[in-house]
Amino acid sequence: MCLGIPGKVIEIRDDAGLPMGKVDFGGVRKDACLAYIPEIQLGDYVIVHVGFAISRVDEEEALKTLEILATMGDMVRSELATMGPGMDEPTVVSDDGTPATGAFGGAPA
Amino acid sequence: MKYLDEYRDPVLAKKLVAEIHRVTTRPWTLMEVCGGQTHTIVKQGIDEALPSGVRMIHGPGCPVCVTPLEQVDKALAIAARPDVIFTSYGDMLRVPGSSTDLLALKARGADVRIVYSPLDALKIALANPDRQVVFFAVGFETTAPANAMAVAEAARRGIDNFSVLVSHVLVPPAMTALLDSPQNQVQAFLAAGHVCAVMGWTEYEPIAERYRVPIVVTGFEPLDLLEGILMAIRQLEEGRAEVENQYVRAVKREGVPLAQRQIFEVFEVGERKWRGVGEIPASGYRLREPYARFDAERKFDVGEIQTNEHPACIAGAILTGAKLPLDCTAYGTLCTPQKPLGAPMVSSEGTCAAFFSAGRGLGGARSPLPVTPLVQVAPIGRAGVAEAPR
Repeated sequence: MCLGIPGKVIEIRDDAGLPMGKVDFGGVRKDACLAYIPEIQLGDYVIVHVGFAISRVDEEEALKTLEILATMGDMVRSELATMGPGMDEPTVVSDDGTPATGAFGGAPA
Repeated sequence: MKYLDEYRDPVLAKKLVAEIHRVTTRPWTLMEVCGGQTHTIVKQGIDEALPSGVRMIHGPGCPVCVTPLEQVDKALAIAARPDVIFTSYGDMLRVPGSSTDLLALKARGADVRIVYSPLDALKIALANPDRQVVFFAVGFETTAPANAMAVAEAARRGIDNFSVLVSHVLVPPAMTALLDSPQNQVQAFLAAGHVCAVMGWTEYEPIAERYRVPIVVTGFEPLDLLEGILMAIRQLEEGRAEVENQYVRAVKREGVPLAQRQIFEVFEVGERKWRGVGEIPASGYRLREPYARFDAERKFDVGEIQTNEHPACIAGAILTGAKLPLDCTAYGTLCTPQKPLGAPMVSSEGTCAAFFSAGRGLGGARSPLPVTPLVQVAPIGRAGVAEAPR
């Protein structure tokens, strides 16, 4: 019940005074009430919960989050050369200062 | 599906797990509030991939689980009436009341119907003017906009054979009740993304400040949860206690103002009993006086309710995170999703059901479905990002 899922608005209509729409969830189409998010346009992605759109998915933010996540690995690797180990995996630093083992030890750059 | 698949990428998940291992220097205890998050965490093995010492406590955010037994018994009493069509979200049907459940009642001839949305219940009321249609309005702040709209529409369109049995609960009072407990172990919260989508997060700011506890508004996909956990641990490691938003693509600080306006037009805040937890002040919604005629509890006199929980069930301790399903003697033996003793085994959002469907503590033979965890436990944090995706 509590699981909202994102879908694409493919139809907007008025149903006895209530703004309603059809939302496509990867092929499964359902009616949803759009009354709470009047700025919704055709083609927008919304999160639908028990038949109500409760959020318009911000495409720009969605992409930004993924970009940040995608670059994290490189960030981690470059930082690791200078920073200490995590709790689980103490980095053993070799004599010349390069990490020899540990979270990313031996990982090809 | 767009906005789902991207947030399940195993390569990115490994990077996040590695980063969590890198920033963690001490043991920490976090709670994910929402049952939907619990389900993802357990199914994907996220909790088992965290650094040893970092513990996830599974929170009370399963609306089906916390709906008090009295309300379930009232639902059963109302649904048994011959003039009533009783409508409910599907999850509620197998929740055990004192003596039976809605599904068993339906099998014995009661008119119990599952609806996806309360607006469907309203349609049933329109189509059956000579019957009384009752909707079981349970849930957290996420279902409140829908339930409030159904009542407001019934009033606007004069659909007088419609009423709601309300059992609405709120997240922030449950968090403070947990934090006020002398047994509290929670050091940071992952707040429920969709509750915050509706309500925003301003209510959480005083909690973070007063209790010095980091709160990260978090989504529901594996990458969301890993990033939320990372953000919470960063705060703990740096000694910060703020409200941060991981779920930026869906949640704004102010939430959805029109939905909030509709909620407070129909509902007011009042005390609410939580199954297994007890009464928490100002922790739920009830109908405002102008909408009293849509209150099923007033419409139908259900008489004195004598409740009776199964003695073996430790749902209260599960809901507050004091115990795990594996600590329960009935788990997987007396109590299964097919024959649940308590609500956490019923709902897919319940901690016991999440453990059961992931095959935890059941031995190889009884694992019901082959689940391939996104996050592989053993190699993570050792081989790290350079490892090839499986």
